[in-house]
Amino acid sequence: MRDSVGSVRTVLLLGGRSEIGLAVVERLVRDGAREVVLAARGGTAAPSVLTALGATVHSLEFDARAPDTHTATVERAVGLVGDLDVVVDSFGVLGEQADYEADPASAARAAAVNYTGHVSVGLAVAARLREQGHGALVVVSSVAGVRVRRFNFVYGSAKAGLDGFAQGLADSLHGSGARVLVVRPGYVPTRMSAHVEPAPFPATPGQVADAVAAGLRSGATTVWAPRVLQPVFAGMRLMPRALWRRLGR
Amino acid sequence: MNRPTLLTGWGRTAPTAARVVRPRTAAQVADALAQAGPRGALPRGLGRSYGDAAQAAGGLVLDCRELTGPVRLDADRGTVTAPAGTALGRLAAHLLRRGHVLPVLPGTGYVTLGGAIAADVHGKNHHRDSSFGAHVRSLTLVTPDGRTRVLGPAGADADLFWATVGGMGLTGVVTEATVAVRPVETAHMRVDTDRTGDLDATLELMSRHGDAPYSVCWVDLLARGRALGRGVLTRAHHARPADLPRALRADPLRLNPSPRLSAPPWAPSGLLNRWTAGAFNAARFHGAPERRRGEPQPLPSFFHPLDAVRGWNRMYGPHGFVQYQFVVPFGAEDVLTRIARDLSRAGTPSFLAVLKRMGEPTAGPLSFPRPGWSLAMDLPAALPGLAGLLNGFDERVLDAGGRLYLAKDSRARAETVHAMYPALPAWREVRARADPAGVLVSDLARRLRLV
Repeated sequence: MRDSVGSVRTVLLLGGRSEIGLAVVERLVRDGAREVVLAARGGTAAPSVLTALGATVHSLEFDARAPDTHTATVERAVGLVGDLDVVVDSFGVLGEQADYEADPASAARAAAVNYTGHVSVGLAVAARLREQGHGALVVVSSVAGVRVRRFNFVYGSAKAGLDGFAQGLADSLHGSGARVLVVRPGYVPTRMSAHVEPAPFPATPGQVADAVAAGLRSGATTVWAPRVLQPVFAGMRLMPRALWRRLGR
Repeated sequence: MNRPTLLTGWGRTAPTAARVVRPRTAAQVADALAQAGPRGALPRGLGRSYGDAAQAAGGLVLDCRELTGPVRLDADRGTVTAPAGTALGRLAAHLLRRGHVLPVLPGTGYVTLGGAIAADVHGKNHHRDSSFGAHVRSLTLVTPDGRTRVLGPAGADADLFWATVGGMGLTGVVTEATVAVRPVETAHMRVDTDRTGDLDATLELMSRHGDAPYSVCWVDLLARGRALGRGVLTRAHHARPADLPRALRADPLRLNPSPRLSAPPWAPSGLLNRWTAGAFNAARFHGAPERRRGEPQPLPSFFHPLDAVRGWNRMYGPHGFVQYQFVVPFGAEDVLTRIARDLSRAGTPSFLAVLKRMGEPTAGPLSFPRPGWSLAMDLPAALPGLAGLLNGFDERVLDAGGRLYLAKDSRARAETVHAMYPALPAWREVRARADPAGVLVSDLARRLRLV
């Protein structure tokens, strides 16, 4: 349960190896969280930084492509640590647009991880948060979904769907004691994005984590990382299509 | 069942949702407890606990404000019996018209009788008269096992009585109580006021004047340097008719109703900062007389000064505030000094820091008061670094053998509170008899792992 100064006790990370997700978890542990569940396919080892900070870290099997298992996954997390104070949903795959275009089936599989997997696990988490009467779901969206670009539209369109899903979920949870925080990072240098050329206004995973922590404290519904991306993308949305199509990465 | 409602404590932080029912009778209380779901149930009164003591996320909250009815004063025995939803302010007004007062009155009259027992509240006379629970002669407790028990401070079920005193509503729902009362001759207090120059002078003066029945000191924790901890000490007796001005003597139990102000419904989050708080504290300090003797004050405004402004908690803005109250034993004055110095150095805008001497405790295992110095203050919850600052204070309080007040807490760590309340395991055993299925639970109990 979140206390009056914003500390929580438990965190569930969906996408237990996600660098952004782990940075958020580390930040929450520094602020007082004591029980962490890392949910990932095949489980994952506890990062030493979390255990050194005094957190108890549990590993949980979680397959984003198996929506039938998602309700049970959430129940298992509750069985491990009790009430879920913060759930960080940050799993996903980036991939190469050219590969997707060459193999349409692989594009659909990526879309399942980046969108439909979040729908089933997001609804399962929301049901639990509604039942316990408190808690926050942090959904890591992306500016790639704010206006989808020609250069990564398979990934971008899934993020656009995820972003819309998360906003609708937030509204449906209004008044239930639970809430959803949508995070829209720009380019974040991680293992997942190593093959992509850096974009303007990058943010490190730590900076994204700071933005999430600030958003959880202030009661925000959306945070951008870095913050300047909000006005930047307000402008991008207005850009004429002919120009947008010609933009580089 | 009805839709969930968001509930917070008086500090307006950390809302959680629960279903709310409003029982009017002990039978309806028992019914509600029987219908509690897997997330448990909890009684709530007027919601004046500052933190998360009166909320139960996902559970069933019994709003007990409608557990009201006739109040029975037995002047011969010196007791009053009232339903647990009766507000202490109303009860006090009722008694005062009949020439009696409650032996303990907390800083607000907006506390239900049941809540006063559950938090074992104290007043400005704790050093002489202990806390509320010391004056409860009997109470009726409806427990989740379906029974209704009448408990007293001695006898067979005395341990459940004392587990309920200060038990934060986690042993059952108090539906009625009988409390000792005292006769008074007037509705006024005879108040002496002194201004002190610094914290040492404040402590010295409070130790010296240990004889006044009521004594409390407002401390300026924002003053810098040598003025740190300067304060305004008020001490009081119940006034006799001869103490009153001639106009009031004819009908000494009469009170003129005082006007009530209301705080605006919304305030920006930064309204109370170190500069506004500093100016407020300075104005309050210099506005007080340096030394005044024998001033008559109406009883309610002496005991409940904050009740003059309705909804004053809204002044802290949307992020709310944290109340921090601890007690340390006599001899640990250095803890007070260091905490005051740290707060001043951090420029923490603390309003209304209140220093009190405390006396004999009750037998309640979770009852807060212990002999020593108690300091209470309000702090804006959004203050950067507040969590770390208060965790540091917790360590010092614990090292000195002190403790935090559960009715005020909204952020302490479970391990810290367990170390401060060594009787917690014994309390759990008694509770388990009345609530074997563990139905009663609060956000406070979950956060601090009390149950």
